[in-house]
Amino acid sequence: MTTTDIRPDTGPEKAVRRPSRLLRNLSSKVAMVPLIFTALVIFLGGTIWTVVYSFTKSGLLPRLSWAGLDQYERLWSSRKWIVSIENLAIYGVFSLIGTLVIGFILAALLDRKIRGEAVFRSIFLYPFALSFIVTGLVWQWILNPELGLQSVVRDLGWQSFTFDPLNNPNIVMFGLLIAGLWQGTGLIMCIMLAGLRGIDEDIWKAARVDGIGTVKTYIRIVIPMMRPVFVTSLVLIAAGIVKLYDLVVAQTSGGPGISSEVPAKYVMTAMFGGQNLGQGFAASSMMLLMVVIILIPWAYLEFGGKKHG
Amino acid sequence: MKLSTQLLAATAICAASSAGAVDLEVMHWWTSGGEAAAVTKLAEAWDATGNKWVDGAIAGGGDTARPIMVSRIIGGDPPAAFQFNHGRQAEELIDAGLLLDITDVAEAQGWKDIVNPPSLLDSCTVDGKIYCAPINIHSWNWMWLSGPAYEKAGLEMPTDWNGFVESAEALRAAGVTPLAMGGQAWQQAGAFNNVMTIAIAGKDAWLSVMQDKNAETVMGPEYTAAFEAYAAARELATGINVQDWNQATNALITGEGGAQIMGDWAQGEFAVAGLTAGKDYGCLPGLGLGAYLQTGGDAFYFPVNDDPEITAAQKELAALLLSPEVQVSFNSVKGSLPVRGDVDLTTVNECTQKGLDLLANGQTLPASEQLISPDTITQLNDLMTEFWNTPSMTAPEVQQQYADIIASAE
Repeated sequence: MTTTDIRPDTGPEKAVRRPSRLLRNLSSKVAMVPLIFTALVIFLGGTIWTVVYSFTKSGLLPRLSWAGLDQYERLWSSRKWIVSIENLAIYGVFSLIGTLVIGFILAALLDRKIRGEAVFRSIFLYPFALSFIVTGLVWQWILNPELGLQSVVRDLGWQSFTFDPLNNPNIVMFGLLIAGLWQGTGLIMCIMLAGLRGIDEDIWKAARVDGIGTVKTYIRIVIPMMRPVFVTSLVLIAAGIVKLYDLVVAQTSGGPGISSEVPAKYVMTAMFGGQNLGQGFAASSMMLLMVVIILIPWAYLEFGGKKHG
Repeated sequence: MKLSTQLLAATAICAASSAGAVDLEVMHWWTSGGEAAAVTKLAEAWDATGNKWVDGAIAGGGDTARPIMVSRIIGGDPPAAFQFNHGRQAEELIDAGLLLDITDVAEAQGWKDIVNPPSLLDSCTVDGKIYCAPINIHSWNWMWLSGPAYEKAGLEMPTDWNGFVESAEALRAAGVTPLAMGGQAWQQAGAFNNVMTIAIAGKDAWLSVMQDKNAETVMGPEYTAAFEAYAAARELATGINVQDWNQATNALITGEGGAQIMGDWAQGEFAVAGLTAGKDYGCLPGLGLGAYLQTGGDAFYFPVNDDPEITAAQKELAALLLSPEVQVSFNSVKGSLPVRGDVDLTTVNECTQKGLDLLANGQTLPASEQLISPDTITQLNDLMTEFWNTPSMTAPEVQQQYADIIASAE
């Protein structure tokens, strides 16, 4: 919104020609130049460069020797890539649902004005202060059958207890998920809590007068009112899912075998381990494509059409 | 001598050394106990020349370290020297003119005459120019046996792979996991690509696959036997879940694991733990079947630098790395073999002696890294680690996919 537009037309200024659209708010536009430059050159330029080079035979260094769709053919015939995509889907779905549900429940519990709220809030938010590498290592130790959870429970007397997700290819993604949820829910909880605090007290009073139960009030009234908060959380969680890499490297390094590989790790391994930039670029272009396919229709619905509310 | 003269002399020495003292950052991935002890030897030798060794160790093995090194070189902030396995890993960096040509050092020091086997120097040579200083010979082709584990089972240590397989049941009965294998892909793939294939399929079949990229040989009877042995090894390795190779070696030291297929660098760990070769641990080069050593190893490369002082120091370091004293002190700690045939490792143990004998007899083969590209190695690593961790995957399946990768290799 520009302030010039709403200024009432007073005598002398009426004669002044309205400034052209381009020059309006010149100072803020000048201030935006570095950002626009960054967005165009670094993000857009880098993206185009990557996509272009994904059609080449680039090895350790980028070279413009065309290979057509070879890199993509090899990518989609690679078992590891398929496994990576499946893993990302599993992790994505469970992490999205898990983080939202747990984050909301924790926030709702804290919102009930319990004693020592600040203490619990700090405890839940604390894991977020750790990097994924630390989180991954900590959970690698906790889930290690000889040192961690399994051995503790066995020492307590339950000898047959077995909990060893990181060495079982079928459930290794859930081992990662535990660590991911442990780290990520705190932040979402805080955002949700802020949203809950933004709900007018009168809504609660009105609901109470009408005799609506607490849980029902949350589900039917409060959650629909918190739509913007959920959108923010969703964007944060989704970004975390797509870039999932460091947690895997620290916790399982893709193992056992290739059962916890993720696309971002495929890209890194192809580019630097295999010294095959073309293959890595092809994989990262596919990652971009997937994000675009999911994001654009959603963003259009959310932000493009009529304003909600 | 008067005090003032002494002071003058001392100042002169300080001035002289500070003028020539150059800090060189050296990047490598030697971080396990034995490896770190060996690097200290290099650093000590370099510091003794009045220069300073700035250690740039990267934990996590070559697959983690190489990307970091390459990105620093491409990004214009290269270290003064860095470790690579010599072979095809640095090909493109050389093509792009990013690495220093050290042919003059090599000629001055007569590397052509002293480096043994000569293939090590060939791997450093591109278009007649030498770009790296080989520092050691590493061979993958060893199986290590745990003395404590065989003691527990009340057995003599076997003398070859077949004897080991036969002893597996008794080891299991004694509560020992017969084969200790780390969880990283390069270990699981290396045990097959470098050790079991050469030992079981034989030298000619291996060269046909790795050198000539002959996919038909992969489907042939020799390789079939190797794949079957590998599938059997997979069964023998269930029970120990560790990631790093030195953790698997540690299982042998404690007697939890019976044997490990791992390169000679494992010997550094036995040495750090104070074990004696032949008594506390045994070694079978080439699984005791066909004793050939692959002569891969580590080499130092030197990125091109604008500063002539650093360039001079890089060349000085290159010369130092191949000096007889450094070769002996470094390699005897690391458990690897020296790159020059004319040095005397007087204190070698039984296992190193076996390696030296094979070297002297010329029973050597190139390392896989010298024959196939990193891209192909990555593909093979992915395939073999998938097989190793997927019990439902059968030997014929993996054989077919292996052949496909070899067929498409450059």
